[in-house]
Amino acid sequence: MDKDYIEMDMLRFTTAGSVDDGKSTLIGRLFHDTKSIFEDQLEAIEQSSKKRGDENINLALLTDGLRAEREQGITIDVAYRYFATPKRKFIIADTPGHIQYTRNMVTGASTANLALILVDARIGVVEQTRRHSFIADLLGIKHIAVCINKMDLVGYEEEAYEKVLRQFSDFASRLENISELTFIPLSALKGDNIVERSENMPWYKGAPLLYHLENVYIGSDANHVDSRFPVQWVIRPHSDKHHDFRGFAGRVAGGVFKKGDEITALPSGFTSRISKIMLGKEEMEEAFFPQSVTIQLEDKIDISRGDMLVKPNNQPKSSQDLDARICWFSNSKKLTQGGKYLIKHTTKTAQAMISEITYKVDVNSLRKNEQDKEFNMNDIGRIKFRTSEPIFYDAYRRNRNTGSFILIDPFTHQTLAAGMLR
Amino acid sequence: MRNYNLNHLQQLEAEAIFVLRETAAQFERPGLLFSGGKDSIIMAYLASKAFAPAKIPFPFVHVDTGHNFPETIEFRDKFVKEYAVDLVVGLVQDSIDQGTAAEETGLNASRNALQSVTLLETIDRENFDACLGGGRRDEEKARAKERFFSHRDSFGQWNPKDQRPELWNLFNGGKGQGENFRIFPLSNWTEMDVWQYAKTEGIELPSLYFAHERNVIERNGMLLAISDFVSPHEKEEVSKEKVRFRTIGDATCTGAVISDASNLEEVIAEVSASRVTERGSRADDKRSEAAMEDRKKQGYF
Ligand SMILES: Nc1nc2c(ncn2[C@@H]2O[C@H](COP(=O)(O)OP(=O)(O)OP(=O)(O)O)[C@@H](O)[C@H]2O)c(=O)[nH]1
Ligand SMILES: [Mg+2]
Repeated sequence: MDKDYIEMDMLRFTTAGSVDDGKSTLIGRLFHDTKSIFEDQLEAIEQSSKKRGDENINLALLTDGLRAEREQGITIDVAYRYFATPKRKFIIADTPGHIQYTRNMVTGASTANLALILVDARIGVVEQTRRHSFIADLLGIKHIAVCINKMDLVGYEEEAYEKVLRQFSDFASRLENISELTFIPLSALKGDNIVERSENMPWYKGAPLLYHLENVYIGSDANHVDSRFPVQWVIRPHSDKHHDFRGFAGRVAGGVFKKGDEITALPSGFTSRISKIMLGKEEMEEAFFPQSVTIQLEDKIDISRGDMLVKPNNQPKSSQDLDARICWFSNSKKLTQGGKYLIKHTTKTAQAMISEITYKVDVNSLRKNEQDKEFNMNDIGRIKFRTSEPIFYDAYRRNRNTGSFILIDPFTHQTLAAGMLR
Repeated sequence: MRNYNLNHLQQLEAEAIFVLRETAAQFERPGLLFSGGKDSIIMAYLASKAFAPAKIPFPFVHVDTGHNFPETIEFRDKFVKEYAVDLVVGLVQDSIDQGTAAEETGLNASRNALQSVTLLETIDRENFDACLGGGRRDEEKARAKERFFSHRDSFGQWNPKDQRPELWNLFNGGKGQGENFRIFPLSNWTEMDVWQYAKTEGIELPSLYFAHERNVIERNGMLLAISDFVSPHEKEEVSKEKVRFRTIGDATCTGAVISDASNLEEVIAEVSASRVTERGSRADDKRSEAAMEDRKKQGYF
């Protein structure tokens, strides 16, 4: 099994959808039915369920691990869980549905390749379903599986499923990035269509959830074309043995770098050649996304953290005037025109001043609202801003690593917003 | 065209190294919490890779309960010498002597919880603004909620209800006076990944992790090793068993498991067949439902 375990393909997915639609229960059920819950964990969950007076064993307790979550029966922050089947290894982010904790949903979704969007079959698509779907789309998640849950409460009727399917499809037609959309009727509580096909819904011809997760073709979101190496740290050993050593440590954010390649260092514009690529003691011929390596150059040029190594004939955009879509997180601070923040983009931190609030998006209709420019917690929209130094970037759609940034409050150090460059 | 894909261990390695380098870059004085357990050994190994050929740019910090398996301390000292790093030791005994921590009494007394006090005192004394920990999200349900860069207020407390959003790989280490960070490069690793990685990279681990004969007693459903700190109570029977440890912590609360696995390959086979988590053998987590969360709020690792 050794070799297989190591070579196994990995899928990162996130749950999404409105509060109480059954996200945590679904993850618990998936673990339970694939026998991925350990005995001591199951025992602890059984005991807690009993103590709470729950009728059945409450599988949401597998991910709802905080005291405050268990008290209220809701998810507050993302739980990360791991499991593997013989086909794939999974990293799961179970996120909260409550609107107050949308920032935590964004946290979980920002590293996912696929989103499970849960909808309560009785209630259908609600504002929070739309908000989460829109955010998943903004973040560039291309695969969405809509889990129409609680089918046990609607008599496992096809009609209820069809109704949600139509509702969601109608909304999804206005989203930009989704390339694959699947609908699965299920009951997280009872275990229908999770691991095994449900006998209660013979009218459903598709696969159960696990089969879908194991087999959906994800390909790679990685950009292996545009070579980008944001410098994280300069390695200078200060020892006699490595007296002249200067290595640029970082993680390839896109493309491929090979020994002997000509590179340009930004912002200086100086060029040199790669003399060596290393990690630890091992020397390598090439490095590609998302490898962490150390690059040495033939010439001594001035390069420090926040600079970027690229190929002379394929350079990122470089500008101090930027245009982006953002999701605002703060409940105590509002986004204001003229407001000053810190921007963190790749390994660079600079100052940013908002020059224009272009519009806000109504998450229900996905219409742009150019009149109401007051950004409160969880608002999504578009802004323009100017930075204190040039930022080297690609459009988020082209490269998540060089197209994403966060805004930070210079006084409280809080993370205020997530942004995606155009 | 060449297939540019990393397997998941390589992905986890790349991620951990990225986090270690961010720590070096964003903080003035980080320390690496080194207990001599497998997670901290893997983390230290990754740090040596991340900064090679330079030395690891942070001291190792050991919060020492005084209740160690001698093998752990031997291993620690050897390791520190090999990597030529500074070692800072915080002694729980010192906190007790100063009166900032009080020894627990009773049958199941342990110094495990006192480590938080000593850790915070050590952070204070050494002016650490960040501490790297080997914690993994798969270990425990409160850990499953924690960020890579986990903020601590000026009392050293974790506020799980109001953690900073953490997007993509953009880690925000900004902090006010007196605040600091706990940073977990191995967040996304599972126990299996740790064993597998140790095997692929040929990393040496303390002998305690492999099957050996030892005198043990059974207490609260756990096998505890007889040592200077654990002696049998009345009616408890000592027996000699072939055991190994899945985690190594304080000798008074780390349980052993019966095992024949004497090398990494066999350990991996055993772990993949195991039906209980590694923390199933730790008494410190069994104290109450939210034991880990409560300890973490107080400043625990
Ligand atoms: N009847 C029925 N009840 C369900 C089903 N799935 C979940 N529930 C119940 O719905 C309630 C909420 O479930 P959770 O899993 O906590 O919901 P959630 O989406 O994780 O909620 P938040 O994380 O707080 O947004 C619980 O009482 C579950 O037992 C289902 O398929 N059928
Ligand atoms: Mg939940």
